[in-house]
Amino acid sequence: MHPVFHASHSSAFIRGAMFLALFAASFAQAQVAIKGKTVYTMSDAKTITDGVVVITDGKIAAVGKAADVKIPDGYKVIEGAVVTPGLIDGRGTVGVSGIFNQKQDQDQLERSSPVQPELRGIDAYNPNDPLVAWVRSLGITTVHTGHAPGELVSGQTCIVKTTGKTVDQAKVVETATVAATLGPWAEKPAPASPGTRAKMIAMLREELIKAQEYLKRGEMTAPPLLPPKDGDKKEEPGRSLHTEALVRVIKREIPLMVTANRSQDISGALRIAKEFNIRIILDSASEAYMLIDELKAANVPVIIHPTMFRMLGEMENMSMETCAKLIHAGIPVAMQSGFESYVPKTRVVLFEAAIAAANGCTFEEALSTITTQPAKILGIAERVGQLKVGMDGDVAIFDGDPFEYTSHCIGVVIDGAVVSDAVK
Amino acid sequence: MTCKPIHAVMAIFVATLFVVVPGAICTAQTKPIAFTNAHVITIAGEEIDKGTVVIKDGKIAAVGKADAVKIPADAQTIDAAGKFIMPGLVDTHSHVGGVAGADGSSPIQPSIRVYDSLNPFDQGFRRAVAGGLTTLNIMPGSGHLMSGQTVYVKMRGLKKAQDGKGGPTIDDLFILDDNGKQMGGMKMANGTNSMGNAPFPGTRAKSAALVREQFVKAQEYRAKHDAAALKGDPDKMPPRDLAMEALVEILDGKRVVHHHTHRADDIMTVLRLQKEFGFRVVLHHVSEAWKVAPQIAQAGVPCSVIVVDSPGGKLEAAEMSWATGAVLEKAGVHVAFHTDDWITDSRLFLRSAALAVRAGMTRAGALRAMTIEGAKILDLDKRIGSLEVGKDADVIMLSADPLSVYAHVEQTWVDGNKVFDRSKAEDRLYATGGYGAGSAVKPYMCCAEHAVQAASTFGQ
Repeated sequence: MHPVFHASHSSAFIRGAMFLALFAASFAQAQVAIKGKTVYTMSDAKTITDGVVVITDGKIAAVGKAADVKIPDGYKVIEGAVVTPGLIDGRGTVGVSGIFNQKQDQDQLERSSPVQPELRGIDAYNPNDPLVAWVRSLGITTVHTGHAPGELVSGQTCIVKTTGKTVDQAKVVETATVAATLGPWAEKPAPASPGTRAKMIAMLREELIKAQEYLKRGEMTAPPLLPPKDGDKKEEPGRSLHTEALVRVIKREIPLMVTANRSQDISGALRIAKEFNIRIILDSASEAYMLIDELKAANVPVIIHPTMFRMLGEMENMSMETCAKLIHAGIPVAMQSGFESYVPKTRVVLFEAAIAAANGCTFEEALSTITTQPAKILGIAERVGQLKVGMDGDVAIFDGDPFEYTSHCIGVVIDGAVVSDAVK
Repeated sequence: MTCKPIHAVMAIFVATLFVVVPGAICTAQTKPIAFTNAHVITIAGEEIDKGTVVIKDGKIAAVGKADAVKIPADAQTIDAAGKFIMPGLVDTHSHVGGVAGADGSSPIQPSIRVYDSLNPFDQGFRRAVAGGLTTLNIMPGSGHLMSGQTVYVKMRGLKKAQDGKGGPTIDDLFILDDNGKQMGGMKMANGTNSMGNAPFPGTRAKSAALVREQFVKAQEYRAKHDAAALKGDPDKMPPRDLAMEALVEILDGKRVVHHHTHRADDIMTVLRLQKEFGFRVVLHHVSEAWKVAPQIAQAGVPCSVIVVDSPGGKLEAAEMSWATGAVLEKAGVHVAFHTDDWITDSRLFLRSAALAVRAGMTRAGALRAMTIEGAKILDLDKRIGSLEVGKDADVIMLSADPLSVYAHVEQTWVDGNKVFDRSKAEDRLYATGGYGAGSAVKPYMCCAEHAVQAASTFGQ
């Protein structure tokens, strides 16, 4: 039991986390095989008893029964009771809203203006924040992070692995979504706008119409932009990073991720999606259980609020059972850690999914909300979310049911490198 | 429904004075109830695999192995096969009830009583019983060095409104001591939460100085009071001062200090003041207690620990550890847990024990920390906190092992009355959440109003 002490002892933790981050980054990709009493592949191979996952050069080379798969000589072998794909946090702010909660480590929200789609998550992400190591030590290998809810359009999000010493090393997707918020979280005090729901929708429509027109005028060309014609400089408007980000939404290249909790805000998001024929992902969606038919008809995926979120304000009607209800209706659902403004500074999707498993989801359904489903919703299913040949070598290893409070995460592998062997 | 005062003699005395009987126990229980075939966690001894618990007249009448307990002939039997029975959980630090203590006028306000602001209709109470909580210490926030008197409550009468009986009122919730007085402690804080612009302290040393000044004043007040009483001279008696009276209660050991404190040096400051003035203190939250566990053990002071999902959120909590409970247990410190609801959710209180076990605490120690150790901290261990004959019938029934994520609290009983039943839709709503189960209002808590604001609005 004593390793647990060291693992969770925080003085060691802070220093250790920083050290580990550097250490992990410099880890040469070892050749590694992970043996598990139970291996949840989350692929067509389903669940394998006495299974093994072989990782070669950072990619999964073989998955199967230990009896059938030969582990090549010289491979490092790790063993555990339960093996899962590396876990995915569907939407958090880890690495952007730092552990200390001081002004200098809070970059999740820029308050100077309500619409700033040009802000990139990658320009804020700190791969060395101790909370990145914290979630990694609990099996989370991929995080969809970046700008938080709280402004009408707060900025872009990115997808990173919880390893690497620079964002470039960590990066999976540079711009995953443009994040928008409808409802009271995006309200600004008078005389600033938006101050009401209708104003939010009006402002958002205006921005999207601007993007449509920008696109129509052909001013959005692939960078580098065509040089201005001689003698015509005045007529030629310059590039707008602001509008270009939304043009990508209009072109359906990236989705607009809309944080909306009240049923009327969810309806507002669906209305916008229809009017502009854009892809949206619903975020948080605490009253989604009231609009199951509508969400299904609109074919909109949901990155559901943490199951243990506080039932306050616009979250007052949230339910621990929403996740199960949406899944059973056939709606794609991913779990998120969300944004925490105080203590604890981040949630852990493993624990949030566990509560879903205890409130209507089967074990596999709950596990899918932190593996296959976020991978699909975020467009990274080719690389992560399953233990399948050819996919990234991202694996989490546990000494028991991963959802049980008293189990431990005992190993984490990212791109074939062992990035944590703490008993956590 | 019969309403019966806790102390009959006292109640008659009180009743003749005030007509009303405050803090009466209202019990609907008319015949004994026997939980059978359950896995019983008595806390007082070994866990019993196939056990029986009998409750009668609001008290525990029998506990033991099935073959050792005689079930009364008139008992209603609840077959609890496959279920776990344990004492109602004791939360030593909660903010449910929409409470607000001291205001922004000064950092030390001992005369404030949190129960003068408590709303018994708050849905937080319904969620608390859904989490198996039966006794709570409700406190004002940590935004002051001393933010007011706390109140110990039991989750009685929560369904009176729907039963058309009027209430619940605060009188349903109070726990009275042997003198018929409402029980409670005093909330204090140090570190960053209670610092601010003047008249609030701007530094840690100033925080301690302000507190010491008030306790010195209280010592002088008490001396004057005692001298006048000794001489029987009413002219020498100092005028009544509600703040000084409360501080004298602390100096006399009649009111326990519940002290918010995180950093190791702040913990040592509390112990230093405790030694100087001799008050009884419980250390709350204690993010860095693992650094000074032997010192805490040496001082003989109990800890009430919070367990959350990650460290951080403020500088003082950046080195928070799940192993705090284990380290303190090993050092011989008495450990209880708390929700700090809304920081953590009352419905998920059992997670605290389970995560502590994950980090090395013993199962028995963690379960005691949810029950009897909390009861001790509240001076209620003779009445609650374990399943022993004669104690209050505060009992919860769970669907699985209390340390399992898959366990649901199925029933919660207080003083022999069922106050939560997961099989009933109106109760289940508060367990799972759903339309109408939450709080539309922002909680008042402490300190950093911006933090409260932020938690509910995402603003910073």
